[in-house]
Amino acid sequence: MEKSMERFYAAFAALGVPSIVPQLILMLVVASLVILFISVSVMFMIWWERKISAHIQVRYGPMRVGGWHGWAQSIADGIKLLIKEDVIPAGADKLVFALAPMVVFAAALAAYVIIPFGPNLIVRDLNIGVLFYISISSLTVVGIIMAGWSSNNKYSVLGALRSAAQAVSYEVPLVVSILGVIMTVGSLSMIQIVEAQQRIWFVIPQFVGFLIYLTAALAECNRLPFDIPEAESELVAGFHVEYSGMRFAIFFLAEYANMFTVAAIATTLFLGGWHGPLLPPWLWFLIKTYFIIFVMMWLRWTLARLRVDQLMNLGWKVLLPLAFLNMGITGLVLVLLG
Amino acid sequence: MTVIQVVFFLVAAFTTAAAFLVVLAKNIVHCAIALVFTFFGVAALYVLLDAEFLAAVQVLLYVGGITILLLFAIMLTSRISARGVKIMNEQVGVSAVVVFAIFALMAIASLKGFALVGSPPPASYATASLGRLLLTTYVLPFEAVSILLLAAMVGAIILARREREKD
Amino acid sequence: MVPLSHYLILSAVLFAIGMFGALTRRNAIGILMALELMFNAVNLNFVAFSRYLPSTMLQGQIFAIFVITIAAAEAAVGLAIVLGLYRNFKTINVDEINLMKW
Repeated sequence: MEKSMERFYAAFAALGVPSIVPQLILMLVVASLVILFISVSVMFMIWWERKISAHIQVRYGPMRVGGWHGWAQSIADGIKLLIKEDVIPAGADKLVFALAPMVVFAAALAAYVIIPFGPNLIVRDLNIGVLFYISISSLTVVGIIMAGWSSNNKYSVLGALRSAAQAVSYEVPLVVSILGVIMTVGSLSMIQIVEAQQRIWFVIPQFVGFLIYLTAALAECNRLPFDIPEAESELVAGFHVEYSGMRFAIFFLAEYANMFTVAAIATTLFLGGWHGPLLPPWLWFLIKTYFIIFVMMWLRWTLARLRVDQLMNLGWKVLLPLAFLNMGITGLVLVLLG
Repeated sequence: MTVIQVVFFLVAAFTTAAAFLVVLAKNIVHCAIALVFTFFGVAALYVLLDAEFLAAVQVLLYVGGITILLLFAIMLTSRISARGVKIMNEQVGVSAVVVFAIFALMAIASLKGFALVGSPPPASYATASLGRLLLTTYVLPFEAVSILLLAAMVGAIILARREREKD
Repeated sequence: MVPLSHYLILSAVLFAIGMFGALTRRNAIGILMALELMFNAVNLNFVAFSRYLPSTMLQGQIFAIFVITIAAAEAAVGLAIVLGLYRNFKTINVDEINLMKW
């Protein structure tokens, strides 16, 4: 791998081009690969969700499009969304209305910089890895508020405010539950966190932290049972009610990309990252991540939706004290064990 | 012009343009969004200054906290019917002169005083040392800030609470 | 290499823009936003010094962390006050809130 990099750089240096050009080309290639992976992964997840929801509800789901169990359904959905008319409501703030899906998608996309798909398969091993993800995930909330406000629709504003309140409330237990793992490892870098799990996966000593992280992550992604911001039966799809066509597709894409990111971080922090016996490391990583995504989808179609006040109660009065307790006990054990 | 200088000028231009939008935009929601861009620009400048932890904290607290607070307050207090209201008061001329004078003073002081500072020493990764400093040398301000945050939280809740009628 | 004075002048520019906004805007939330600009300019100044002068030993970054924290607390309390103002005066234009003028 290093050899081919050397030859790539040397080829450009031989032409007299400054070394920034091959670096930029490399960055573009990596970014395109990441976007390609996200697109394929999201299309797979959308089809998978429909299949899982169907089988839980004792029916079949998509069966026709493309032949075997309707595998091309996502492609058909994507094409349908792309060819729809782009409607901007009258009285909406056009600039903010157009910018909001881009902000949400940029936040979902930027988190892929620190996901370790394998020992050398990370875009950039930042030494503030996990903290980078936490910071970027707070940008999604700004995009949601922009979307709700600019739609000039009271259901959008209500949905956006509820979503912002939910996301901000559940960020705190999310961060505190991660702190137990970070204290054990002593570093914020994702590669080092995975390396530290060679003997035992952190899901065993940090089981409470894992559960709190999963719950808070479900709330961050606006998935059932924390579905109030997008509740179809309550708020007529909440903050993205006025979005149609390509803009709605971007929100949809961002939500599923977010789900993958959250599951990938759970895998890295708690389930041992890419460690596993026989298969190649990146395959183990994908298996564990998709297992957590399966659990998230399973929960969506099994549990009932929480009301807004029950949701806030759960976040502030149950998850946060548990998370602090977990962090305190972890710190105590670390000090006692030297 | 090295790459870092080009990047610095691009980021500085972006941040300054966003800052101008913050103080000059008519619609207050546009101001808030320009403020988000300014915060990101300053975070990029922190990364250029090798302060990555501070950049992450800046995005987390400013974009993820203060901006959302500002947007909530805007949504709860703006009157959509009031269009065509002046956004600047009558002190625009005087404040422009005063602000320019202060800026000139600071710029001249920077150029005269610090132009000779050479290239910076090589940076070490600072997160662990920041943590150590916060809990050893600066533990007293750290605890004081936590009490201040508690006081601010209680104060904000009491100030913003709706008046309850006596039952 | 970017000289220190460039960072200091940039921080002076941001501070001046923030000060202009704080002195001239009528919307109370607009004034708070300009204040946040001034805080950011000051933080940039601190971090630039902490990087370029070898003897400061990260004190600039520690100070910047404290400034960010206190800015967050101040924004919360300030916005609570603005909400109280809106409830009582039905406006947040600071020009019109002049009950205590003689």
